[in-house]
Amino acid sequence: MSASSLSVATNLVGSFTAEAFAAHLASLPPSLPAWWIARKRAAYEKFAALPLPARTDESWRFSSISTLTLDGFTLPSAAATQVPHAPIGIKKAAKLVFANGRLFSHEPLSAELAARGVIVTTLQDALVKHEALVREHLLAQPPKLGSAKFSALHEAFLVDGAFIHIPRGITVEQPIGVFSYALGATTAVFPHTLVVAGENSRATLVEYFGSGQDTEAQFAAGANDLYASHGAHLTYIGKQDWSHRALSFQSNSTVVRRDARVQSLNVHLGARQARHESLSQLQAPGAFSEMLALTVAESGQEFDQRTLQIHQAPNTKSDLLYKNALRGTAKTIFSGLIVVDPDAQKTDAYQSNRNLMLSDEAEANSLPGLEIQANDVRCTHGATSSRIDPEQEFYLQARGIAKAAADELLTFGFFEEVLNRLSADDLHEALRVLIQTKFKK
Amino acid sequence: MKPPTETDLLPDSAEAAAVENPAVGIDQSAGNFSYNMEYAFDAGTGLSEDTIRYISSVKKEAPWILEFRLKALKKFLSMPMPTHWATKDLENIDFQKIRYYLSQGQKPKRTWDEVPDDIKKTFERLGIPEQERKFLAGVEAQFDSEAAYSNIKEIVSKQGVIFVNSTEGLREHPELFKKFFGKVIPTGDNKFSALNSAVFSGGSFIYVPPGVKVAQPLQAYFRINAENFGQFERTLIIADEGSEVVYMEGCTAPKFSTSTLHSAVVELVALKGAKIQYITVQNWANNVFNLVTKRGIAHEDAEIKWIDCNIGSRLTMKYPGVVLKGERARGEVISIALANDGQHQDTGAKMIHAANNTTSNIVAKSISVGQGRSTYRGVVHIPKHLKGCKNNTECDALLINTNSRTDTYPAISVRGDKNSTQHEASVSKVSEDMIFYMQQRGLTEGQAMSLAVNGFINDLARQFPMEYSVELKRLIDLEMEGSVG
Repeated sequence: MSASSLSVATNLVGSFTAEAFAAHLASLPPSLPAWWIARKRAAYEKFAALPLPARTDESWRFSSISTLTLDGFTLPSAAATQVPHAPIGIKKAAKLVFANGRLFSHEPLSAELAARGVIVTTLQDALVKHEALVREHLLAQPPKLGSAKFSALHEAFLVDGAFIHIPRGITVEQPIGVFSYALGATTAVFPHTLVVAGENSRATLVEYFGSGQDTEAQFAAGANDLYASHGAHLTYIGKQDWSHRALSFQSNSTVVRRDARVQSLNVHLGARQARHESLSQLQAPGAFSEMLALTVAESGQEFDQRTLQIHQAPNTKSDLLYKNALRGTAKTIFSGLIVVDPDAQKTDAYQSNRNLMLSDEAEANSLPGLEIQANDVRCTHGATSSRIDPEQEFYLQARGIAKAAADELLTFGFFEEVLNRLSADDLHEALRVLIQTKFKK
Repeated sequence: MKPPTETDLLPDSAEAAAVENPAVGIDQSAGNFSYNMEYAFDAGTGLSEDTIRYISSVKKEAPWILEFRLKALKKFLSMPMPTHWATKDLENIDFQKIRYYLSQGQKPKRTWDEVPDDIKKTFERLGIPEQERKFLAGVEAQFDSEAAYSNIKEIVSKQGVIFVNSTEGLREHPELFKKFFGKVIPTGDNKFSALNSAVFSGGSFIYVPPGVKVAQPLQAYFRINAENFGQFERTLIIADEGSEVVYMEGCTAPKFSTSTLHSAVVELVALKGAKIQYITVQNWANNVFNLVTKRGIAHEDAEIKWIDCNIGSRLTMKYPGVVLKGERARGEVISIALANDGQHQDTGAKMIHAANNTTSNIVAKSISVGQGRSTYRGVVHIPKHLKGCKNNTECDALLINTNSRTDTYPAISVRGDKNSTQHEASVSKVSEDMIFYMQQRGLTEGQAMSLAVNGFINDLARQFPMEYSVELKRLIDLEMEGSVG
């Protein structure tokens, strides 16, 4: 092998070499099923073979490509001894805390919920005890939004994650919490959350991603799978608050079955460059997916959000609202696509991206797309980019509120439209505090 | 001074209706014929350096133009097909089967008497009425590669307006046209602008002197009249300071069984305070690939407006653009697309803001009938450190049948907090209530559908010159026939 071809091959995998992968496999418990190990091997092959995104890739349009490095990261081995204080102060039905990909601590479900068959456990545990359910749903939806390489990397190096199953007809009143921390200067983590909501079940999941310190140049390739069976109602809230020097990829996939509803809200605060892909598949009549996102982008940060709403059956509904507030030299990309399959008549799809420009250096890119192959549909989308409305600013100033305070109020008002979509008041309040704290920093 | 209308064409269309699909109708039947022409200059099929040298020598071009063409050919051959974002249908173009140059070797005619009889016959079939033929001043009817008839209306030339074909423009007025030729759309802008730069022939070169307001719209017809014959016209319009001009371009083409390629380049330059309006009604036959690059540069206080209507062709890819180069420049694109069975209208707009306080507006409406596919693709770009820039984009799609298809792919980039953009798009079908209401009042379902579709584009169609909007309405009526029931 010549030197040049060797260097190309190295660039394709960076720190995630075949040796590192072998070491990773060796570190896994021997109890894991063989099919899972085989899938991981196949995923590694795929990861190593796929090229890095190129400037001409449509699915990476406007993204910074040169900063997508796979070098300089380490796979954590030692168990963590301490994790930061969890910032969401609301009551939870159960809680799983992961540090560097391994379970750090957990608060179990009440005996009553456990007796009714609700499961909140680790993936490693579920791969053994609930093998069929995991096998059916774990990373079952192929990545469609451009990050095939990073999804394969995630699957190959996935150590552990959360598995949540709500049986048919069961309601879990309080949110279930999943916390994932990356600790250490160059740590690479691969968080995963799998939720299988049975028929007519109800549950809320709160997920948090954070770092030990805000200066750590970490790497995260995460994914989650949400499956809402017939009539299930699922609320998902994800808060990404990685270190400001982290590189993050997150790929979320949601499957919504007949008359089921999934509401997801992703709050993006951390990382230097964060790519977030959200796929919603509306597979049967009556399915409804509400996709929400709030981003506070600051100097030196790039948030790259790609969404796909696929209407595969008649009488399905999706509603997307992504709001970005841009400060300093922040850069955001929103690329959304609504696909209405032939025969998915009576589809009602909406997609909206609002960018609030709070600085003269910020850059907002919007790619709101539609691909419609049925005629009896209601599909609209909108994208706007603008500063704070001077009239509203003037109104507040005329009532004696200083300009800075007025701007802050109006910015919070901008976020409120998204937060108001949440039905749980305590969650709403907790998120508001989190975002405002970040904003005032 | 107007394109063929139904009245003009009645005998022909009645005849055509008897023998062929009546829905194809008026406009297409007018173009649905070809004569056996004795082509005096024929570069044969295929593309090579020899083809280019041949075209250039026939046209007796200056060496720099040949140089320009050869460079463009290299560029064309080196560029990949843009299929990573565009439709794969492009791969069906066989560049070696296309005739790149064809001419009867005539110089543009100055008087009607000099126009050969068979070409006059073509005009007759196109339905240009007797009085208008006498008044063809300002009309440049392109017959294959060369302008068969080019007569500048006396008043227009008295105002100092230069209205010639591209060959003549580069030969007679190099000092005027060389400065902007290939500057708005560089050769390597895309694969098809490179192709056009290599093999262009025909098209209009127009110069409007400072302060001159051209009262009459300048018009040109283009048609394709040889099997496998590609048409590569090149148009450059320069509106000097404070001048105003309206240019209209309408197309009909004969129907052929094998694919035909049409790849034009149109460059507009609006100097300080000038206004250019460019109106296109495209109705190529359903086997034509229509891959056109159109862009204008608007200097300080200037205004460029593209009114673009696409009804024909197999695949149209056309995104008229405006580079807003001077302060307070304005750009506008009004786009109507109608895609029927076997058609893909991939149209849109580009607005590149490059100065403070520039504004742009895009309104696009598309109608997909049967298995037709219409696509809106747009770019709005507002770079750093500009202020007071505004863009408004609206795209509405109407889907007539259950298997019709529409796509929307806008790309909006904004930097800084002193600009604003808004984009909205919607997809809908004709409301059943509306159809029911009209049927209650005695309209057939087809008539009701036609009326509804015409209503959908009415606010845009009104911006067309009257005769064009009348023609548009008739074309839509025809396209809608057979779409229901």
